[in-house]
Amino acid sequence: MRQLAIIGRTVLGLLAAIGRVSLFAWGALTHLIRPPFYPREIGIALLHIGWLSLPVVGLTAIFTGGALALQIYAGGARFNAEAVVPQIVAIGMVRELGPVLVGLMIAARVTSSIAAEIATMKVTEQIDALVTLSTHPMKYLTVPRVLAGTLTVPFLVGVGDIIGIFGGYAVATGTLGFNAAAYIQNTVDFLEFTDISSSLAKGAVFGFIATLMGCYFGMNSGRGAQGVGRATKGSVEAAAVLILAANFVLTGVFFSL
Amino acid sequence: MITLDNVHKSFGSNHVLRGVNLHVAKGTSMVIIGGSGTGKSVAIKTVLGLVIPDSGTITVDGTDVTKADRDAFLARFGMLFQGGALFDSLPVWQNVAFRLLRGSLAKPRDEAREIAIEKLRRVGLTPDVADRLPAELSGGMQKRVGLARAIAAEPEIIFFDEPTTGLDPIMAGVINDLIREIVTEMGATTMTITHDMTSVRTIADNVAMLHAGKIRWTGPVSDMDAAGDPYVDQFIHGRAEGPIEAVR
Ligand SMILES: Nc1ncnc2c1ncn2[C@@H]1O[C@H](COP(=O)(O)OP(=O)(O)O)[C@@H](O)[C@H]1O
Ligand SMILES: [Mg+2]
Repeated sequence: MRQLAIIGRTVLGLLAAIGRVSLFAWGALTHLIRPPFYPREIGIALLHIGWLSLPVVGLTAIFTGGALALQIYAGGARFNAEAVVPQIVAIGMVRELGPVLVGLMIAARVTSSIAAEIATMKVTEQIDALVTLSTHPMKYLTVPRVLAGTLTVPFLVGVGDIIGIFGGYAVATGTLGFNAAAYIQNTVDFLEFTDISSSLAKGAVFGFIATLMGCYFGMNSGRGAQGVGRATKGSVEAAAVLILAANFVLTGVFFSL
Repeated sequence: MITLDNVHKSFGSNHVLRGVNLHVAKGTSMVIIGGSGTGKSVAIKTVLGLVIPDSGTITVDGTDVTKADRDAFLARFGMLFQGGALFDSLPVWQNVAFRLLRGSLAKPRDEAREIAIEKLRRVGLTPDVADRLPAELSGGMQKRVGLARAIAAEPEIIFFDEPTTGLDPIMAGVINDLIREIVTEMGATTMTITHDMTSVRTIADNVAMLHAGKIRWTGPVSDMDAAGDPYVDQFIHGRAEGPIEAVR
């Protein structure tokens, strides 16, 4: 009986949370299309979420691409398939690792900072102050961030894909003895349009999730420094798990239907 | 003008407001006194809809605040928060001019800046603080920036939550005079929360004392000393002994 009650409570709690997040997402979407708009805030968000994430995305991608090339080469050697390195690096980076790793890095870098910033604003009554100054927090804080995340993360994923492939290329041509021109030719010939479009679409979804979670947890922060800490932790956990789950679903949609 | 009728609010098992009744007439200054943690801030936040009461009604000009058009309603208000609540990502002048830079009251940037600097001067701050960030100011200076922000758009109704807490006595005097001036010259309706009896005597037309979730006493400030209420007496004379417990 007790176990049943616990399971019941957990399921209900989970459903309630899904409901709250969905309502929040819906609110963000409806505010997105209704004025007033805050172009300055959107500009700042584009800069912080997109442009300033480039270094961490680039570094993540280049090391991953390099390691991938080494692994595929070593694994492929077991059945004389070393030659597939360019193709598998390309498909592995573009279809999965690029979007997922960029998504997770954005969760680490952007979701946490959004959640901490908004939670601090909540705790110090800045959100209340916004309301009294006739400014809707959803429009002023959430919309610019979610918009910037959804628009720039696909771009970051694209950059990550390219740099990841370049990492593989550098390792393959530098240490594994691949011919540079042939490597590039193989990569270009092998990639299909859906590989790239699915990669960018995943980026948009992950960017939306990452920024939405930051805003949601920030806005619903508890009181005090502890509230800010909990909000930040919760936002990154939720964003990371949702990104991985969404990736699974999207991979299913794009590649097995 | 502002009427709270039997307003209740609890946070979990903490019953903060237990039937608050209060009336503030147009163009008058109401000062709310009461021990810390008695729910004074919560009470004024219920009027603005920042805290939703569990029961009871609040009307402004006879209209239920929950039914009013939110934007038009809020455009009439200014509020100084207890902690200042400045936007720490914006320089001081943009905090003060926040309302004048966006939305229905938007003005050209230069003009908004001029107004911000003028309001800063009124709260005793020199123009050189205009371009600093809130985090670079002392607590008392932040409070005054918050005050400048509350009055920047010249709202009809202004709430001041502990405007002089953290200020030196001279600056407190300046702020008290300013609030009084806003009421008498601009005809604003104000509600001020304070613990400072000098403030009460300078600012108030009427005083209300909040205790145990209810308005314990309310009346004109001239009647306060002769209120004959032991709670009010203890509070205005700051005695440790009396009906109000020192441990709360
Ligand atoms: N958002 C909130 N959540 C939970 N408790 C709150 C909240 N806001 C205020 N309280 C509680 O309500 C009580 C009154 O607070 P407040 O109105 O700030 O007191 P004061 O009279 O000093 O302004 C306090 O016990 C405080 O802890
Ligand atoms: Mg208070």
